[in-house]
Amino acid sequence: MSYHTWQIWGIILGLGAGSYLLRLSFLGLIGNRPMPEWVLRHLRYTAVAVMPGLITPLILFPQATDGQIEPVRLGAALATIAISLWTRNATLTILGGSAVLFGLHFTLG
Amino acid sequence: MTPISEYWRGARDGLPFILVIAPFGAVFGVVATEAGLDLAQVMGFSLLVIAGAAQFVAVQMMVENAPVLIVLAASLAVNLRMAMYSASLAPHLGALPFRKRAFISYLMVDQTYAPSILRYENRPELSPRARLGYFLGVASPIVPIWYLATWAGAVLGSAVPPGLPIDFAVPITFLALIMPMLRSPAHVVAALVSILGTLVFAFLPFNLGLLLAALLAMMAGAETERRLARRHAP
Repeated sequence: MSYHTWQIWGIILGLGAGSYLLRLSFLGLIGNRPMPEWVLRHLRYTAVAVMPGLITPLILFPQATDGQIEPVRLGAALATIAISLWTRNATLTILGGSAVLFGLHFTLG
Repeated sequence: MTPISEYWRGARDGLPFILVIAPFGAVFGVVATEAGLDLAQVMGFSLLVIAGAAQFVAVQMMVENAPVLIVLAASLAVNLRMAMYSASLAPHLGALPFRKRAFISYLMVDQTYAPSILRYENRPELSPRARLGYFLGVASPIVPIWYLATWAGAVLGSAVPPGLPIDFAVPITFLALIMPMLRSPAHVVAALVSILGTLVFAFLPFNLGLLLAALLAMMAGAETERRLARRHAP
């Protein structure tokens, strides 16, 4: 890494300010003003529209294996989905998914 | 359901995410320190940015000596989804005074947003103050642990033996966040479009594929909801 100190701080402050403005954007500007029903209908699907796409490449093409599909991670993901459907409990899902991940890692990996 | 009782409920719901935030923050501390950042800079990232994925992207590009503006563009693109979270929280938290919305904005990360939006949609009768209490409750175990874990990673170094699949803590948490949200056919359709869209648009730079996929997924979810409602209407 060959940056001046001020450049490093420029990145930190720029990324911090930019991220904060993205977070504040709609929540800060719109406030209590009513939004049309069709906008609200789209916003209801924000979380399920962003998060599955965010993790799909992490599950199918993990960087740690240079983007190769790999049974340990794929198996852990499927087990996590199954545990979530079965227990409907976030703590048990995270603990169970991690247990399967490390279990597969030490048996297959 | 007072603001106080919602706070404690939120804190309980946020607690399991410590299992992920702690190793993830520690790994960031280690990676950023090994990349050549000093302690103040490493902590600057975790205090001012609080967004794991964007921080990792920034540090990775800094290791490659990318131009400052490119580092900023690429890591901010990873955080564009926060604007979508902001829009989806606005109908629920818009009634709060500006300074409270400004504070919530600082604490807005995947793991605080997801449990909160689920709670608000399941309990529309909650008062704005109760909703604020819940959000702050979820953030209470998550955000301080993020700082602390980053500091521990930077100062103490990695106690995690190399080769462990620690990277996979993130997808596991996200699956735990997503699965409870799939509570109607429209939500399932949106999630499937999100997955397919990300794969189809994977060639786009700067994470733009994810944003495009997310927009299409929101449209697919909204359209499915509209059609199902019309079919059920008399």
